[in-house]
Amino acid sequence: MAGIYVIGEVTADGHLANISAEVATLARNVAAEGGQGVSGIVVAADPQAAAEELARYLPRVLAVTEPAAADRPWSMVAAERIAHIVGDDVREFEFVGAGPDGRDLAGALSALTGWGVLGNAVAVTWADGSPVVEMSVFGGKLTTTSRFRTDAGIVTVRPNVVTAQPADTAGTVEPYVSEEPLEQPTVKVVERISEASAAAPIEEAKIIVAGGRGVGGAEGFVLVEELAAAMGGVVGATRAAVDSGWIPYSQQIGQTGKIVKPQLYFALGISGAIQHKVGMQTAGTIVAVNRDPDAPIAEFADMVVVGDLFEVGRAVLAELRSRPG
Amino acid sequence: MRIVVLVKPVPDPASGAERLGPDGRLERAAAPAVVNGNDEYALEAALKFVEAHGGEVTLVSMAPANAPETMRKALAMGAASGVHVTDPTLEGSDTVSTARVLAAALDGLEFDLVLAGVDTSDGVSGVVPAGVAALRRLPYLSYAAKIEPDPGAGTVRVHRISATGFDVLEAPMPALISCTQALGEPRYPSLKGIMAARSRAIDTRALGDLHVDGADVGGAVTTTAVVGSRPPEARAATRVVREAPEEAARQLVAFLAERRLIGAR
Repeated sequence: MAGIYVIGEVTADGHLANISAEVATLARNVAAEGGQGVSGIVVAADPQAAAEELARYLPRVLAVTEPAAADRPWSMVAAERIAHIVGDDVREFEFVGAGPDGRDLAGALSALTGWGVLGNAVAVTWADGSPVVEMSVFGGKLTTTSRFRTDAGIVTVRPNVVTAQPADTAGTVEPYVSEEPLEQPTVKVVERISEASAAAPIEEAKIIVAGGRGVGGAEGFVLVEELAAAMGGVVGATRAAVDSGWIPYSQQIGQTGKIVKPQLYFALGISGAIQHKVGMQTAGTIVAVNRDPDAPIAEFADMVVVGDLFEVGRAVLAELRSRPG
Repeated sequence: MRIVVLVKPVPDPASGAERLGPDGRLERAAAPAVVNGNDEYALEAALKFVEAHGGEVTLVSMAPANAPETMRKALAMGAASGVHVTDPTLEGSDTVSTARVLAAALDGLEFDLVLAGVDTSDGVSGVVPAGVAALRRLPYLSYAAKIEPDPGAGTVRVHRISATGFDVLEAPMPALISCTQALGEPRYPSLKGIMAARSRAIDTRALGDLHVDGADVGGAVTTTAVVGSRPPEARAATRVVREAPEEAARQLVAFLAERRLIGAR
């Protein structure tokens, strides 16, 4: 087999992860540009639902039933199986999301096959028989273009690089049953725990309303949450706000937190220190409310409102709520 | 407990001076080196475990010849010793080579846990810990927000950050765990720690010492290459709004509507 493979990630309830629909859309476009074949592969204890969802985007999807994935971390199980299935082919490129599961899978698959990884792609095209991958590095200060020096490789793709777009016609799902059992990983998933605050993965959000030290406390984040709800967005935070215990780590943006690229980043009481900036400066539009007109964020925001974040924030909330529809 | 922490010297992201050399590789001399941020959280977690259960922490680093300067800071936090893998062949290594070399470096060590940061601030690909675990066939528990070793039972539990909350994972030790900031703030080295670090041993190993064939790793066999770079598109000038809150809010919301970021009026 040759061409591009999209590795479909599966949610806890057996559906295709949003990121995989985006990766599939991107891969389909790249394959069309390069005249390459493109297929999907879903590895799960019960892969059918997610495979059918992935086939809305791709002409052909392998649905690989892997009982071990039921109570073992998905990435290691999937990497082992994919290495078995496609590892003998020397001309192919795997595309997967750049979230925790995709990175774990890429790392393990790379080690098992010797294929290289180009991580956190923000754009991918095709030239001279292989992908051309753009990455945003040094916290967005530089955009690099990279190539594989071999005939196979793994690309991890950041969320929000493209908008998921189903193909004109749905593809086929081919069940795949392996004769060969895998060596079972010894890590077990004992329990899966949901937290309401983390229900929407912040990396995938189109709109983020984020608070920093200036928000002053957990009570202050109520306004941030109200604004996020009114805009259909997700709450984000700086490390200072997370370290103060005002909001969970899952929402932290920056050097040791998440790197995000929403269409809108609305920053309240955030100075824009480099450690935070590296996590959000590639956002489409950046709007900030800050008391200090000389805060670093004023250097890279599209709009800065100089004022008290609570007064301005409440006025924005009232203005949003007064709009029809 | 015997714990190995994988640490990487990286250009200080706060320096704003990170850059690529003409060969498309990271120019390490351009910015001061620091211990990678996420690795410090891993080290802090490791130090807490040896304080609670006894034992010691060993650092393992694959880095250029001047890395011991950076490793001293991690030793000053409380690690007992370090292994520094350095070899001219390794210049320009990719993640495949890095995982191979680190996996080989673990071969000569005895440990209950290997801890590493989930990613590094220079490369940010976040694939090396899983690669090392896969090569060494170690149980791999990633994106840890909480780690609970049970030395008596020989097992470890990890809360792994998931898309919707966290998964509780359990594995036998030895195991490899990738660490996040949720584990808790790293300590500052004490003066006593800094003094003690000066005399702690950093054991230097070349590829030959690790029984790694130089033809299998390093810049000559890198699987990827940077072929070009450019600054990102410049943002338009910042619009500064200094009106009273109500008027400022009206302008802000109108700006968002103009850019179709919220529904049009």
